[in-house]
Amino acid sequence: MENFEFINAIVLLSNFVIVPALSYGSQLALATLSLTIIYGVLRFSNFAQADWMSFGTMATILFTWLFQSIGITAGILPTALLALPFAIIVTALFCLLIDRSVYSFYRKQKSQPIVLMIVSVGVMFILQAVVRFIIGPNDRKFFDGEKYIVHALDFKNYFGLEEGLTIKSTQLITVIVALIAMISLFYFLQKTKLGKSMRAYSNNEDLALLSGINPEKIVIVTWIISSILITTAGVLYGLDKSFKPFTYFNLLLPMFAAAIVGGIGSPIGAVIGGYVIAFSEITLTYAYKKFFVYLLPENLEPLGLMQVLSTDYKFAISFIILVIVLIVRPTGIVRGKII
Amino acid sequence: MSEDLRAPVAFTVMAVLLAIVGFTQSWSVSLSVINLCIISSIMAIGVNLQWGYGGLFNAGVMGFTALGGLTAVLVSHDPIYEAWDKAGVGIVISAIIFVLSITALLFVFRNIENKQIRNTLIILIIVFGLIGINNFYGPSIDIIESINPAKTGFLGGLGLPIIFSWLIAAVVAGLVAWVIGKITLRLRSDYLAIATLGISEIVIAVVKHEDWLSRGVKNVSGLDRPVPYEIELQQSEWFLNLVERINFSKLEAMQSLSSRQDLLNDLVINSSGIFVKLCYAGLFFSVLLLIFYLSQLALNSPWGRMLRAIRDNEEAASAMGKNIFAQHLQIFIIGSAIIGIAGAMLTTLDGQFTPGSYRPLRFTFIIWLMVIIGGSGNNLGSIFGGFFIWFIWIEAEPLSIGFMNMLAGGLEYDNPLRMHLLGSAAHLRLFIMGLLLLLALRFMPRGVIPEKIQKK
Repeated sequence: MENFEFINAIVLLSNFVIVPALSYGSQLALATLSLTIIYGVLRFSNFAQADWMSFGTMATILFTWLFQSIGITAGILPTALLALPFAIIVTALFCLLIDRSVYSFYRKQKSQPIVLMIVSVGVMFILQAVVRFIIGPNDRKFFDGEKYIVHALDFKNYFGLEEGLTIKSTQLITVIVALIAMISLFYFLQKTKLGKSMRAYSNNEDLALLSGINPEKIVIVTWIISSILITTAGVLYGLDKSFKPFTYFNLLLPMFAAAIVGGIGSPIGAVIGGYVIAFSEITLTYAYKKFFVYLLPENLEPLGLMQVLSTDYKFAISFIILVIVLIVRPTGIVRGKII
Repeated sequence: MSEDLRAPVAFTVMAVLLAIVGFTQSWSVSLSVINLCIISSIMAIGVNLQWGYGGLFNAGVMGFTALGGLTAVLVSHDPIYEAWDKAGVGIVISAIIFVLSITALLFVFRNIENKQIRNTLIILIIVFGLIGINNFYGPSIDIIESINPAKTGFLGGLGLPIIFSWLIAAVVAGLVAWVIGKITLRLRSDYLAIATLGISEIVIAVVKHEDWLSRGVKNVSGLDRPVPYEIELQQSEWFLNLVERINFSKLEAMQSLSSRQDLLNDLVINSSGIFVKLCYAGLFFSVLLLIFYLSQLALNSPWGRMLRAIRDNEEAASAMGKNIFAQHLQIFIIGSAIIGIAGAMLTTLDGQFTPGSYRPLRFTFIIWLMVIIGGSGNNLGSIFGGFFIWFIWIEAEPLSIGFMNMLAGGLEYDNPLRMHLLGSAAHLRLFIMGLLLLLALRFMPRGVIPEKIQKK
């Protein structure tokens, strides 16, 4: 078995670091994209965005239950994927309702971004109340269908290795759905007329208005895109782990960190930031002891756990990175600002 | 209503509300609400200095509150000598390595121009710093945490009276604010919000997980008090006499001696609780008055005028030669120090430090509501906001349950809809808070007691 040491180490790393980070990163990237789109077009940091994520996921869960109760399922795929489009419609409608009744007033007044940010705190409270009122504050799992694509045991037996690799179907679904969503978003922003006018509006509002772009239309499209992205991100996260309003609220912090690390206002930056945050959270808290045991000769084996930070700080890592980026390169990795 | 009348009317309404609680529920409840109201007001003044005077959005109120609480523990708890003997050296050495590495990092960052050398040095310092710290830190904390883990398992504190911690909390919170301000205040306003939100999470993560420092989620309870204990009062002569004298007529009305004694016992137990709360209220109120007085002085001084000038027009103030960054840093430190004091007071009142209870909603966003609804830029407004919002936050629950009962009135007892409605009543208060904030921003953006515009 000695010759397989290296392969064992790689499989170990993929199983515990690369695969989970890739799927968490994709979820985070989608969520950050929605935050960035709002920031770029409507020009404020939306503190309610994580609770929109809860709301969208809640809507998906309700539709999933409805479908399951009348016997519609997606076979080996989770039913939630069928429910997703309906949930997006509900979320987008509710977004637009909140925009009409709350945000549009401040837009007309040309309020400062910070005022809109405080307004979004109010919306955050209301959304939290609505979600907890409808579905309750508890943990909910809504995954159904085939759970694994590759199972650790099968993998071990098949390849005759000591380490197994598990790939959950939700992880593959996450990566595929996220890729589709990102590609279509970038296509929309770069190639379609509406997308171009959105970028123009974000770049220079006055010039965009002069060239006949209808601002209300832009605002509506922005909320719709944001709802699509945030609901999808929330559902993917919930399928992978589980849905709990408080956990979702806590995702606000990594989302902001990813947005700033990538370069706030830049969609490419949002995607990069999402993956950077996800990979650092997992790579910095993983204990590499076993990994090095495979790689190094016996007399050099490490004594400690070889862990940079304890898993207790998983949550704080995004901020440590955020702080470092703020000091070293405040504009973020991709020099952001406009979408 | 004229703006001059608003403050007296607002405070009268508040007093009536608290009196209603006193008469309908009990004075003990009313006093507990008042104590927390006073602490909230102090936090609100701290935030108001930053936002109302300086225009800085600090979303890290929770972090400074927790720092205050931690200081209260570290000042008042008795030192655990055994832990210091066995592992104190290791902790001190790792602290020294930590400080040295940070200093070295700063030095390299500032003084070495060549990018390649700089980056290599930075990486080297981080790697060796981490190795050095891990060498001493890990074993030491294992020893500390293994010493009597059920009761202590941490280094303990200084063993000073807890009231000192209020002052020290200001210093600690101020120092941390200085570091945070240095990093974030040069950036745009919403970056500050996000960065402070994140840093406060880091602070909470540290107090939650560094058991050797704060016992983490095992909590520290039984902190000493600046006021007498109920049980001592119940046994002291003068207190018994006092209660007897106050309730003289009630006691006289009793027929038999034994029923008179029973009544007296009840009265003594009740009054001792109220007396303790009154003592706290007195202490807290003096702190509030002092902070209010000092902030008013500051607001009306040339310094306060300069701050408002910066807030209203940064470019103009900068053109007049004011150092915007330095002023922002000052006000950020002062505001955070005040929040730190309030945090220490809160832990003193609770008598325990529970890191798990720090949630951003309760300790950051509610404080923001107080400032905005009370009237940003006006300290009196913040005090009112502190009282009013805390009162609503506490009383929203019984009110929501009442409201839900009314909604579900026609339904049968075990109807699932009725059960759901009653079960979710607690979440209604989030809704009330959000609605209050949105309504205030829309229809009363300057708050209940607005900032006075001085014309001269």
